Amino acid sequence: MSQSTAAVPAATKPRRILDRAVVRFAGDSGDGMQLTGEQFTTEAAWAGNDISTLPNFPAEIRAPAGTLFGVSSFQLQFGSRRVYTPGDRLDCLVAMNPAALKVHLSDLKEGGLLILNTSAFEKKNLDRAGYPANPLDDAALDQRYRTHKIDITRLTIDALTGLPLNAKEKDRCKNFFALGLVSWIYTRPIEPTLDWIKKRFAKNADVAEANTRALKAGYHFGETAEIFAECYGVEPAEMAPGVYRSMTGNRALAWGILAAAQRTGLPVVYGAYPITPASDVLHELSMHKRFHVRTFQAEDEIAAVGAIVGAAFGGAIGLCATSGPGLALKSEGIALAVMAELPIVVFDIQRGGPSTGLPTKTEQADLMQALYGRNSECPVVVIAPATPGDCFFIAYEAIRIAVKYMVPVIVLSDGYLANGAEPWLIPDPKNLPDIDVRFRTEPEGFHPYAREEATLARPWVRPGTPGLEHRIGGLEKQDVTGNVSYDPDNHDLMVRLRAEKVRRVAQEIPPTTINGPAGGDLLVVGWGGTYGAITAAVEEAQTAGKSVASIHLRHLCPLPPDLGQILRQYRRVLVPEINSGQLVRVLRAEYLVDAVGFNRVRGVPLATQDIVDAINQLVESNR
Amino acid sequence: MSTGTNAPQVRYTKKDFESDQDVRWCPGCGDYAILSTVQKMMPDLGVPRENIVFISGIGCSSRFPYYMNTYGFHTIHGRAPAIATGLRLARPDLKVFVVTGDGDGLSIGGNHMLHVLRRNVNVTILLFNNRIYGLTKGQYSPTSELGKVTKSTPMGSTDRPVNPCAFALGVGATFVARTVDRNIGHMEETLKRAAAHRGAAFVEILQNCNIYNDMAWGILYDRESKVEHELRVEHGKPLLFGPADARKGLVLDGVKARVVLASEVPADRLWVHDQADVASALVLANLATPPFPVPVGVLAQVEAPIYEDLIADQEKRAVSDRGPGDIARLLTSGDTWTIR
Repeated sequence: MSQSTAAVPAATKPRRILDRAVVRFAGDSGDGMQLTGEQFTTEAAWAGNDISTLPNFPAEIRAPAGTLFGVSSFQLQFGSRRVYTPGDRLDCLVAMNPAALKVHLSDLKEGGLLILNTSAFEKKNLDRAGYPANPLDDAALDQRYRTHKIDITRLTIDALTGLPLNAKEKDRCKNFFALGLVSWIYTRPIEPTLDWIKKRFAKNADVAEANTRALKAGYHFGETAEIFAECYGVEPAEMAPGVYRSMTGNRALAWGILAAAQRTGLPVVYGAYPITPASDVLHELSMHKRFHVRTFQAEDEIAAVGAIVGAAFGGAIGLCATSGPGLALKSEGIALAVMAELPIVVFDIQRGGPSTGLPTKTEQADLMQALYGRNSECPVVVIAPATPGDCFFIAYEAIRIAVKYMVPVIVLSDGYLANGAEPWLIPDPKNLPDIDVRFRTEPEGFHPYAREEATLARPWVRPGTPGLEHRIGGLEKQDVTGNVSYDPDNHDLMVRLRAEKVRRVAQEIPPTTINGPAGGDLLVVGWGGTYGAITAAVEEAQTAGKSVASIHLRHLCPLPPDLGQILRQYRRVLVPEINSGQLVRVLRAEYLVDAVGFNRVRGVPLATQDIVDAINQLVESNR
Repeated sequence: MSTGTNAPQVRYTKKDFESDQDVRWCPGCGDYAILSTVQKMMPDLGVPRENIVFISGIGCSSRFPYYMNTYGFHTIHGRAPAIATGLRLARPDLKVFVVTGDGDGLSIGGNHMLHVLRRNVNVTILLFNNRIYGLTKGQYSPTSELGKVTKSTPMGSTDRPVNPCAFALGVGATFVARTVDRNIGHMEETLKRAAAHRGAAFVEILQNCNIYNDMAWGILYDRESKVEHELRVEHGKPLLFGPADARKGLVLDGVKARVVLASEVPADRLWVHDQADVASALVLANLATPPFPVPVGVLAQVEAPIYEDLIADQEKRAVSDRGPGDIARLLTSGDTWTIR
């Protein structure tokens, strides 16, 4: 079988063309579902599809096999039209064991493809999943779905006959069989996966051969087995020409930091305490020391932010990434940077909370914490990426703003953006905006808190500069001199100056793009990782003839200068968020508009259909 | 000292290190003597003034940077070691001092103190130990003795105290010393040695808070009592204390110290201080009076790799192995595809 030359034999069964498809691979956390999903994503990308992915895994590292809480899954939507989200309901579910079936079946569309690994449906696994009877014997499965019961484990082991691997090692290849089968069903090319296997297992020829065989066996099974009457095609999407790569949010953040490091020529000190889902930024950056990135795995979240404040004082770019619980611990350090007016950037990869909450699930509920979660009047700039790829630009932008205004910037990403991937048109770094770093060296007329007129930035001075020795700190500063001051009027002035400095960042914000008519029945306002779901929902409503538009806010503090004007052009304003209504409160307070929220806090991205329903309801109720 | 790119052309005086700010400690505070001594020793560091940074946390001691005419950063409670670590990572060319107290450094900042010491970050740490919270007006501190009556412990403290030098040795500090605010000569000598150490240097300065805990170290202030209770430790010399006519010494039996009359034991039985012997230094640091004297001086000094040096080495190696970072190449590395 391994001798077969054509990796992708021409499909001999009828091929039906689809606009898009939503596929989910689900199994035990040890079943390699994340890898399977990532590889299928690459295959779809090669085929020219637009893509959006949703990895979903338990917080437990190796949850007991077969349990419901140990189920790991990877979902993607790929299409020949623009794909904004990983999709609401599934066209195809691959369930490698009973637990995966139990957890995910309710998301499968009626009539959807259901692929089950029968050998996993034995007593122990059925008990662990809480099935009193074997669902394979349940006629309802066959009636409601196009169910294919395949002994993936046995077919995999059969395909590996003769290879010097033990039973356990052979069993581990079954995810490649499943990948091969789904690749055939959707006629995605397996070359990129074959290539990947070759590179990944370059040092272990037997494992490489085993995975290759398993993949091809799955592919050929689809073609030859009588059970599949047809396969599907999804044509390439119309995408802007250029070179693409698949990009996840956390990698994009890290690479945006590297781009800024190279542009400024400044060293980067990245302070981090491992926390889900932010740790991958640390892992990624620690591989790129040649960009003069110094990663510091601190003793705690507080030390991580402390170190970057110290680094910023030293004239380096200081950054850290964390999640909500870590942001809480960092508030004192961020406040010091506000008082000392030093440029730092803190990325909050939001997850479900409060407290430890849902470490591996997504949420947007740290907006208020970012805006207000510090003692006293403590304004910082807050921005948020819209898509995984946008994390690259937002990281770069955060650094640009921080050093230009000498102000801390908080970036609100989330678990969905962090781990989700999209095809990303690779930018030319030369086209990124300049980062204006000016260190003061002139002693004449130097005052630590004298300000630049346009930005209100105070001078950034590197220790080591002769004649500029000065002291700063967390005590209130006298305007201009920076000396300690308890004067009431001075404090009032400094409170206003710190706020005004953040407000002036509004001059950096480009005019807001309106997706739809410039006025009408309804404006949907979103921020962060809900961009895709909102855009897809609004386009659907528009297609249905509704007078609806949407805008997406990348800047949350300060807000875009044209926002108030735009909000007033619509009869109603809807704000969908994965929280209990945070941005909607800000908009109501700031602009006195009667905006209403659409809120679901389930640890998963908003479903496009739910937003469509909310739009329809609001538009109808207004008639 | 290697710190600083341009060797100082000017010869500094103490005055060059005095800032224009009014010193706001209580009259009679031990901090004045420490400030004056530090300003006085600065010219001898041989480091250009602009390359010196003082970082502090919160508390009376932490006002220190405002009074030094160097770069300075008065930060937040307990976090100075973390902030100094970040500064050293960004700027290994700077000479960095951390000024802290028993509350700042061992209570709220105890965790950071542990890690800055065990990482061996190249900073000089001055911990002013007055065994009381001064700036918050007189609560007991983590070095206050058991039973201490303070504002927050009217019936006496129920906390067992920590011994700063023993803590530092226990977490792997490479330089640990103790000195006294009223012993200017000894303090200057000790601080100079600490500043010259390569790696994290920890100096406990026994300091008087004349408002909330006056004479906490009184046994080391009074001339006669000092002779009786102060043990000057010097590398390679026997551990001797007490008046000339009744000199006492320490002997070490296994890990147990014993006080003897020096005249009554053979000279080679006396405990000879070896600063490279951290285990013995720990015994020394833990000696409690009475019956033991208070050891002052450099208790331990050993060599170990400096954290920032290791980071810099990796960075150099990454560049020499694979060339400088190039974002355009990185962006297009790995799996890419072209849409025409």
